[in-house]
Amino acid sequence: MTGILSLITFAPALGAALLLALRAGRPASVGGDGTARWIALVTSLVTLGLCVLLMMRFDAANPGFQFVEDIPWFAGIHYRMGVDGISILFVFLTAFLTPICIAASWTSVDQRVTSYMVAFLLLETLVIGVFCALDLVLFYTFFEFGLAPMFLIIGIWGGKRRVYAAFKFFLYTLLGSVLMLAAVLAMIGASGTSSIPDLMAFRFEPWMQTWLWLAFFASFAVKMPMWPVHTWLPDAHVEAPTAGSVILAGILLKMGGYGFLRFSLPMFPDASQAFAPLVFALSAIAIIYTSLVAFRQTDIKKLIAYSSVAHMGFVTMGIFSFNAIGVQGAIFQMLSHGVISGALFLCVGVVYDRMHTREIAFYGGLVKRMPVFAAVFLLFTMGNVGLPGTSGFVGEIMTLTGVYFSSTWTAVAASTGVILSAVYALSLYRRVVLGEMTNPALAEITDMNLREMLIFAPLVIATLWLGFQPGLIFNVTASSVDGLLDAFRTAVGH
Amino acid sequence: MFTTDLALAAPQLILAGAALALLVVGAFLPRPDRVVGFGAMAALAVATFAAATGPTGLAFQGALVADAASVFAQVVIYLSSLVAIPLGQGWFARRGIRLFEFPVLILLAALGMGMMAGAGDLLSLYIGVELQSLALYVLAALQRDDAKASEAGLKYFVLGALSSGLLLYGASLVYGFSGAIRFDAIAAAVQGQAGTGVLFGLVFMICGLAFKVSAAPFHMWTPDVYEGAPTPVVAYFAGAPKLAAMLLFARVLAEAFPEAIPQWRQVLVLIALASVAVGALAGLAQTNLKRLWAYSSIANVGYAILGLAAGTAEGIQAMLVFMALYSVSVMGFFACLSALSRNGQPLETLGDMAGLFRQRPWLSLSLTIFALSGLGLPPFAGFWGKFYVFKAAVNAGDPILLWAAVAALVGSVIAAFYYLRLVKVMWLDPAPGPTDEPPVEAGIIAISAAAFTFPVVLALMPAIDGYARAAAAALGLG
Repeated sequence: MTGILSLITFAPALGAALLLALRAGRPASVGGDGTARWIALVTSLVTLGLCVLLMMRFDAANPGFQFVEDIPWFAGIHYRMGVDGISILFVFLTAFLTPICIAASWTSVDQRVTSYMVAFLLLETLVIGVFCALDLVLFYTFFEFGLAPMFLIIGIWGGKRRVYAAFKFFLYTLLGSVLMLAAVLAMIGASGTSSIPDLMAFRFEPWMQTWLWLAFFASFAVKMPMWPVHTWLPDAHVEAPTAGSVILAGILLKMGGYGFLRFSLPMFPDASQAFAPLVFALSAIAIIYTSLVAFRQTDIKKLIAYSSVAHMGFVTMGIFSFNAIGVQGAIFQMLSHGVISGALFLCVGVVYDRMHTREIAFYGGLVKRMPVFAAVFLLFTMGNVGLPGTSGFVGEIMTLTGVYFSSTWTAVAASTGVILSAVYALSLYRRVVLGEMTNPALAEITDMNLREMLIFAPLVIATLWLGFQPGLIFNVTASSVDGLLDAFRTAVGH
Repeated sequence: MFTTDLALAAPQLILAGAALALLVVGAFLPRPDRVVGFGAMAALAVATFAAATGPTGLAFQGALVADAASVFAQVVIYLSSLVAIPLGQGWFARRGIRLFEFPVLILLAALGMGMMAGAGDLLSLYIGVELQSLALYVLAALQRDDAKASEAGLKYFVLGALSSGLLLYGASLVYGFSGAIRFDAIAAAVQGQAGTGVLFGLVFMICGLAFKVSAAPFHMWTPDVYEGAPTPVVAYFAGAPKLAAMLLFARVLAEAFPEAIPQWRQVLVLIALASVAVGALAGLAQTNLKRLWAYSSIANVGYAILGLAAGTAEGIQAMLVFMALYSVSVMGFFACLSALSRNGQPLETLGDMAGLFRQRPWLSLSLTIFALSGLGLPPFAGFWGKFYVFKAAVNAGDPILLWAAVAALVGSVIAAFYYLRLVKVMWLDPAPGPTDEPPVEAGIIAISAAAFTFPVVLALMPAIDGYARAAAAALGLG
């Protein structure tokens, strides 16, 4: 089965190359948009199929890296790929969400369809690459390259202030990343290797760990995003097209959390422990502050964007609790948030495609004309709030429990976030879906069509299934997380 | 012995002989430009082959060196000269200029650069620099009825002459205080105790060379010359001559002053950071793409000098990799510019590029690749150059270099804004009108250079890494 990871990673890029080849020699104005859509959808479905195969062949009892490929490249860099119980789920999440994004853009993107699909497939390749890369430089390459297609997705197909948002997104993230690049080079210099498994076993001097941790933190905290470097996210989300928001919230944000788990904890354990109070403080502030900010928003997408920042606060908090329940909860929360926030952005997309506005005040009483939409939106709102039975509940309760053991006050402060999330999410639901339909423009709005229902079906199933059977995830992550934490405890000495 | 010397100097001799012969041929043929052009390209191809396969050693009592470093630089220089000939001839022919002197001047410039790459003493250093510079001054002013090009040529000449004066003065000081002209003899005479006089000379030489590579604070000529000179000529002299000058820079420092690293390192770090800062900040205000890329080249030279400042073999390797990759993408960028026009007017400003993606998808995709490469986004060629440079700076073990590397990285984020702006204009803005059909040869050169920048470079990096490592080892720094 060696080679399957490269196949999964580069299958979307091959699809993108095919699209470009078909496009070559034809003027941009000539049709062929339908073909582009189908090629992109089929490519992403094939990738998903390969990922299902990967999941079936994955040995969950093995805490190490599997399906490893290793080809020496140059300057000590290797093309080294592999997955463990932590990364494989993110690979799957990416492959799961991409076809949904492509399907969701079926009619709403009608300009430059080929370029759009190429950008999306390229992005899928790069994101999967981030989660599979087992070489520091390879990881950085995938991590950074992803900025380019995302810049174009926001910049070309976004809303009114798309150019501003695209620049802000790119430059903000780039600044964080170049500091990480400096740290990457210092790590290679100090250890003589860029192999991630080797670096996990390497002990950096404590003073060096501090600097390296801070440099990686600069990058991951922006990506996550954590308060106070989250301000790019609402702009990027509001201006991005629906599918762009789904990818951004569903997958790109998870690269930050994944980075903490893959780099900060195992490679800089002493620094991680020393900085844990900082992370706790920032997480607690993020949860409370951004929840309050979310409540005051007048734009539906911005509200959900701020709620993403709050939910990511649970993730960072859980990761730095350094116990199995907290870390498992953080991973679960990332996956669940990937599905739920993606679904919420798609819900916004459903009404936006019809009315071309995201103003909360514009809507009201949608339940009268759109019963199916109201039910779906309700489910995901409840998931966002963390209602038991949805996947949102599991992640929140576990991270809170995990943090309770490490820092009781952080857990107490963060648990107010659960209430605050109910406040903003339910009030959003009330203002958009319930009440009287006072706006005459809404009188003819239609309910979800079959395509939209098909798009939401897998997300609904995933939310409920993971809510009732969270063990599906934990079975996969358990041994890798235990391995990670055992190494961590040995390193910090208790 | 003499035949050995000739064999070692074969690439340079081929170029010199070909240049003289073609000059005569050109004077007698009725329509000489095509014949001379092909002849010059053939001579460059043969010289490349001779350099790559020839023997190594010291020729003419050490005045000329043939080693892995000179071979590395010569191959890049001769190949980019070879590409510059069809690019420039096509461009000039479309403007009714069919001068057979163009390929000959390229040959002479390539010969000068070949001399610079293989200079082993102060005399061949100066001859190489002057031959190269004089040929390039004329090339810049070749479009002689164009006021801007003449201005650029004159500016280039006056400021270049000033820098040659600095270089010569520095060389004379070094010779006067050390009593030697060969680099290794200078090192032996100085013996780790470089006195004030020698250091004074060294600083003057550094200033002169910094002028040639357009590093701040000696960069002022660059934007004006880039803007005024014919675009294909800029494509040529933005890349290869800088590689030659950087190698010469490295050779002087590593072979003549290997024990004065702490002294020259501080000067180089200062020059490097000033260049990165000027390139990043002043570039933000540019709307003319040729000026913009002039500032970008100032910043890029800053990164290359940072590699040199490491004072290690790894640093020289980094500088060579950086300059080799850079010379390809900068040539491709200007080839793109020379291919684009609207109603016969060349597209030179940011605004001209609006909506280019809809009209010229491949050329604008190429420009996007060059912009992202300049920005330093992995996995484009520009990133790998920076990767080597910063790795060398971090590994040099000097905290000054570590902080300089971090500062230069932050500078690259500032510069990212103008590279991104070019991408944004091409992809996002509406087009003002249709563009003309691009000429075939410029399009091919531009798109090939883009394909090299990404993704071909990923396959070639192991080879480039190896050659640059051998080249750096030949210069003998630890």
